[in-house]
Amino acid sequence: MRERRAAHERRRAREFESFVGGAGGRLLHAALLLTGEPAERAGAAESLLTAALARTYAAWDALRGEDPYDRARQELVAAYLRTARRHRRPRGGALDRLAPYERLVVVLRLYEGVAEEQTAACLGLPAERVRALCARAVTALLSPAGAPSAGRRRAAS
Amino acid sequence: MSGLERREAEARRLLLAGPRPPVPADLAARAAGQGRRLLRGRRFVRGAAWLLLVAAVVALCALTAVAGSSPGAAPPPPGW
Repeated sequence: MRERRAAHERRRAREFESFVGGAGGRLLHAALLLTGEPAERAGAAESLLTAALARTYAAWDALRGEDPYDRARQELVAAYLRTARRHRRPRGGALDRLAPYERLVVVLRLYEGVAEEQTAACLGLPAERVRALCARAVTALLSPAGAPSAGRRRAAS
Repeated sequence: MSGLERREAEARRLLLAGPRPPVPADLAARAAGQGRRLLRGRRFVRGAAWLLLVAAVVALCALTAVAGSSPGAAPPPPGW
């Protein structure tokens, strides 16, 4: 009984390790875009991803056919939402000028290619709100440097 | 391709072109360790909840038995 459990845990650890080996780079980049850090100082993104992956590991046996990548991404979003207030201040990253929810929508819709309805369900927002957030974020991203997005402007005032 | 789609595609290119952080070698091991601790914690809480439930049931049974056999609960003798 104990031996079977140990073998099961070893197999789970092996599967998890190969999953992180394959998806870790992309997930860390997504986490980095969310925290707004520069690539050379990704401390907050790493701890965010480690927490999300730990929850994915804990749910590994209950996935039953669900894609572990989807689960990890969901956990990453949840971990980010729990700590979003900490990531408000600019850190010099690519999405620095966006507010936390705008970053989330941009990462899910554009970086990860998640459909609008699925993004809305993931964030608990109506689809129209997701579309508006995405349009505003894209405008801010493509505008010349120095022009803050509407969300950040409102947060600052 | 509409204007919005073109702008979205441009923003996507911008995101994908950004520098990628190096993945720490021990990321999987650290996450697995934290995940195992999470599982252990959950198991402990579940075990404690079961223990509490069993203790409550035993205490209730004992209390019922004591109350049932105590003289105070017995019907008064005839004539009173």
